[in-house]
Amino acid sequence: MQTTPCVTVQNVSFWYGSNQALFDINMTIPQHAVTAFIGPSGCGKSTFLRCLNRMNDRIDGSKMTGKIELSGQDIRDRSVSVEALRRTVGMVFQKPVPFPMSIYDNVAFGPRTHQLARGRALDELVEKCLIDAALWDEVKDKLKSSAMALSGGQQQRLCIARTLSVSPDVILMDEPCSALDPNSTHRIEELITRLKNEYTVIIVTHNLQQAKRISDMTGFFLRGELVEFGSSETVFGTPARKETDDYINGRFG
Amino acid sequence: MPTIDDRSQSVSGSLTSGTNRKWIDSVYIGAITTMSLALMTLVLAIGCALLWQSMPAIKALGPGFVTGHEWDDATGKYGSAAFLSGTLYSSGIAILVSVPISICSAIFLAELAPKWIRLPITFLIELLAAIPSVVYGLWGIFVLIPLLRDKVMTPALASSTIGKTPILKSLLTGAGYGPSMLAAGLLLAIMITPFITAICRDILLAIPTMQRDAAAGLGTTQAETILKVVLPSAAPGLIGAVMLGFGRAFGETMAVTMVIGNMTPNTPDGRSVALFDPGYTIASAMANKFTEATPGIATAALIELGLVLFVTSMLINFFARSLVRLAARRIAA
Repeated sequence: MQTTPCVTVQNVSFWYGSNQALFDINMTIPQHAVTAFIGPSGCGKSTFLRCLNRMNDRIDGSKMTGKIELSGQDIRDRSVSVEALRRTVGMVFQKPVPFPMSIYDNVAFGPRTHQLARGRALDELVEKCLIDAALWDEVKDKLKSSAMALSGGQQQRLCIARTLSVSPDVILMDEPCSALDPNSTHRIEELITRLKNEYTVIIVTHNLQQAKRISDMTGFFLRGELVEFGSSETVFGTPARKETDDYINGRFG
Repeated sequence: MPTIDDRSQSVSGSLTSGTNRKWIDSVYIGAITTMSLALMTLVLAIGCALLWQSMPAIKALGPGFVTGHEWDDATGKYGSAAFLSGTLYSSGIAILVSVPISICSAIFLAELAPKWIRLPITFLIELLAAIPSVVYGLWGIFVLIPLLRDKVMTPALASSTIGKTPILKSLLTGAGYGPSMLAAGLLLAIMITPFITAICRDILLAIPTMQRDAAAGLGTTQAETILKVVLPSAAPGLIGAVMLGFGRAFGETMAVTMVIGNMTPNTPDGRSVALFDPGYTIASAMANKFTEATPGIATAALIELGLVLFVTSMLINFFARSLVRLAARRIAA
């Protein structure tokens, strides 16, 4: 696979208080590809994901060592504003979290906050994001009604549209389908496959089939360590490590 | 090896065996219904008792009781308007002063304060809310009133700038000897602030952390997250908390009676916006006049005063609830 590195991770360790959650993680995540992290619950894959946009800064008593670079820029450098980082590295959460406001206002929230667009331009931006998130046709006639009335799958696509609205380069997804039914899951997977043309997608998933279907690269985490990282074909086809083989074949976890 | 028939019998057995527990359910539901009915009956009974006992006054005075502002046993004139406006004015001042402080403190406690400081401050605030009102009243007499008289009223009355400024010249004026609408309003504000703060804090904490994470994930600052996501979500609850505080200020008797001066403003309609003038509220009027009231129309009029307070707080409560429901409907589907 011909790739440009997007995120480079060097010797990253992470602690919640005195409890070490990540041990010396190293990897290079390619641009415009889907990278999946798999592993049993509590293996540190979500923690690692949240290091990439410094979401863990919000947790009291947490500590990270090592270096994470986004297109060559150290994301923990003093000159980096965490707000700008989180705009560039967007995030979709496990549960759909629409804001308690209208569908339109949910998508317009980010652009308004960052003063990216207003008036007609904002309308067009909202429409484009909803189209990109494959939600437009379902909501175009009720943009002013509350986002809370949408179904779970629609809410999650709305959250993806909201993430797209501030034009990120990287999109982090923390088990985005775990609360959804198979049909909604299918639609989101299709969406992710399309998104990688414009964005770098990094997804945490419990669903091995999903990782296999949609990802170009796969990382297998176990007890806070990155056991194996490589192309999904290799990780799922001919894994180098026995733990990986055991996990993907359902012998533990 | 059981036959198919045996098995179907055991299934139907397990379907019917639970019915002997049903009486527990009936007792449980019965008890709860009775208790809640008792509460409603109590409210109704209070209303009826007030209405019944104020009947002589209602018959004798008619609607003049609501519009009139004089209260004179000698002439037999009784009107509640001056007291009611005093009640609304003092509670209004309390709310105006208290709401910004309460909401800001609640935001600080729920969103900004470092963990180790949250618990002690929350504890102190809840302690403040539990101080008996007579203690606040004594503090008002011995500390607040002298302070206001010497440091606020006397300088303000001497100031020629205030005397020329519109609005301020009608607000910052009056007798200025201490007990006053200003003292009552401020004391009420101090009393309801911990109460409103404690409730607002709980409401803010009930907003899911995920909402804050989602906003932060879009690159908003903490201030933007609080202003644009947390506060709008909390709005219905916050309005409710403020209205509860208003209700407390509205009916507060002891502390107000001790600092308000207990005199109807000496104006043609018994109303005055002058903050340094003494005032009167419904609750303080009832407390003051009850011991001296002669049986008959004077007593009935005082009870009718209670009825006015009862009905007004009901109306305010109803208004608050509609407001909360409106705000909630704007947010939910």
